[in-house]
Amino acid sequence: MSDGRTSNAERTAVVRSPEGLHMRPAMQFVECANGFKSRISIYKEEQCVDGKSIMQITMLAAVQGTKLRIVAEGEDSAKAVEELAEIIEQDSLEKPPQPKK
Amino acid sequence: MEIIKGIGVSPGVAICSAVIYDAEKSRIPRRSVAPESAKKEIRRLRVAMAEAVQEVANLQTSQADIWDNKIRDIFAVHLHFLRDRSLRKRIVEIILQQSYTAEYAVSVVLRDIAKHFAQADDAYISERVNDIYDIERRLLRHLIGRKREDIQHLTEPVIIVARDLTPGQTASFNTKFIKALATDQGGRTSHTAIMARSLGIPAVVGLASATGKIAAGDTVIVDGNRGTVVIDPDQNTIDEYKRQAAALIEHELELDELAHLPAETTDGVIIELHGNIEFPGEADIALAKGGDGIGLYRTEFLYLEADHQPTEEEHYQAYLTTIRSFGSQPVTIRTFDLGADKFTQAQRDMREPNPFLGLRSIRYCLQNLDMFKTQIRAILRASAHGNIRMMFPLITNLLELRQAKWVVADVKEDLEEQGIKFNDSMPVGIMIETPAAALCAEHLADEVDFFSIGTNDLIQYTLAVDRINQKVASLYSPAHPAVLQLLRTVVQAAKRAKISVSLCGEMASEKDYLPLLLGLGITTLSLAPPMIPEIKKAIRSMSMEQCRAIARKAMGFDTDKQTISYLRAEMQKILPDEE
Repeated sequence: MSDGRTSNAERTAVVRSPEGLHMRPAMQFVECANGFKSRISIYKEEQCVDGKSIMQITMLAAVQGTKLRIVAEGEDSAKAVEELAEIIEQDSLEKPPQPKK
Repeated sequence: MEIIKGIGVSPGVAICSAVIYDAEKSRIPRRSVAPESAKKEIRRLRVAMAEAVQEVANLQTSQADIWDNKIRDIFAVHLHFLRDRSLRKRIVEIILQQSYTAEYAVSVVLRDIAKHFAQADDAYISERVNDIYDIERRLLRHLIGRKREDIQHLTEPVIIVARDLTPGQTASFNTKFIKALATDQGGRTSHTAIMARSLGIPAVVGLASATGKIAAGDTVIVDGNRGTVVIDPDQNTIDEYKRQAAALIEHELELDELAHLPAETTDGVIIELHGNIEFPGEADIALAKGGDGIGLYRTEFLYLEADHQPTEEEHYQAYLTTIRSFGSQPVTIRTFDLGADKFTQAQRDMREPNPFLGLRSIRYCLQNLDMFKTQIRAILRASAHGNIRMMFPLITNLLELRQAKWVVADVKEDLEEQGIKFNDSMPVGIMIETPAAALCAEHLADEVDFFSIGTNDLIQYTLAVDRINQKVASLYSPAHPAVLQLLRTVVQAAKRAKISVSLCGEMASEKDYLPLLLGLGITTLSLAPPMIPEIKKAIRSMSMEQCRAIARKAMGFDTDKQTISYLRAEMQKILPDEE
């Protein structure tokens, strides 16, 4: 775990995809989140889940229009929230998935 | 801890971990392990998850060229789930907190997730339920699959739990490690019961839901005396059963001391006790338990074990092995008795609508003479080396008997021509196991050397009760007045013709019927070898005079219930210190 003291970043994003934050988008999200050192949490109102767990994210049941708050704690937190918010806000299902690392 | 009730069909108590035969179809039962086993369960979970990851990764590579992103995505999502630490953590927590098995914990967690998805209004979410079930199934296959394979290669003692066991399945078991059997289906005379008794291990059948409630690896107590199975027993229960098991072993040792004593009534009548066996290797057990010979050697296993029809030499070698232990004592070989509930390789593809009334047993033989002759040749050749007797099953009329005897005469002629030795005066008898044979016993008696009453089928055909069907199993009663009258008819016919008569059904090993059978004049009984000492002990405690009086009275009741309670009460008087 990172010490969380270095820096915190936070951003709010709304799920645009009609698919919601599920399976493919959720997978992209998790893959992206796991690429960061920061600890990543997602809040849906009071509910908070680990941004690196596909199980927890899919269980958020974040459908289209859901407002999510991304909180990252760690050295790369600023970059993390930006990239992750982008994934949440991508609107088209037709877009091919991001190339895998 | 949970206790389920079935029918105890083979006595004894075993405490052991369970393996599930045919686990794939059963749901994963709720069950727990001792807290100290949690580590082992967590290790199993880790291995299963790692294996599942590997499996999905392989699938992904092997289908790398697939154009459909969706399918590729599904594999990727599954991989993410299988690698998800918080998912694993949740399963591990449940194993630790609830002491669940790995498979049950997997099931609980993934079903919980699935339920969560299913409740969502959003179609995209609720459709994900199937992905979760896929992941669950994959993990369970890795967790349970290994244990299933283990049945063929057992290395430690186990209790086999199954829906039902067929002869083909049990033939492949390594019986050394099987401590007990528990099945959902079956009755007193089902194959599972017969198999357990001949192995001398406890068995409970007709449990209805054993495969649903017991999970692989569960500690289970099979109590063949009470007909109960205790799932996941607490320590007190285990201790209590261990104490009972020790007492039981002592009782057995005490009985084994009777092995070399004759089965003699208190007024000096010698009863012959023979063994019913299925495998040549059991002949030694019969001898060790004090058997005076083999009263029923079921030869079907020769047909069921191999993937081809047994050759004459295979028959011959099996028979030689069987008679080797017995010297001049009789070994009664029953010819091919398949059809109905057991199938040969050739018959398997064409099931009959009513197999118990169909082409089975001697009927099949008389229509497949080459196969029949192969067996008869082997039996005759073996007859040169011991006291072999041959008997035909399921005879219903005189013509069948004559036909079968012609075949024997034919084979003898061939052997003579070829200068092969055999015992020309080998006794030939028949099973009396249909009401038709029992009622015509007088005519049949004139043309055979002996009768052997097969009560299992005789009762089933007389009472029109399928002995395997639990729904009617309670109607299956050896004490039914119709059955008892048939027994008397057969014994009288045999006496008149001065031929011997024995009884080889399960009835022979039920102590309560003993005075009745002896009193009716049946002085040779054939039963599962492990039961011989107990029956011998009972015989040595009763007089023939007593038996005759009991039989007279027992024949006078109108219902089997009255007869049974009378016989039970009499047995209580004869052996007051036993259950």
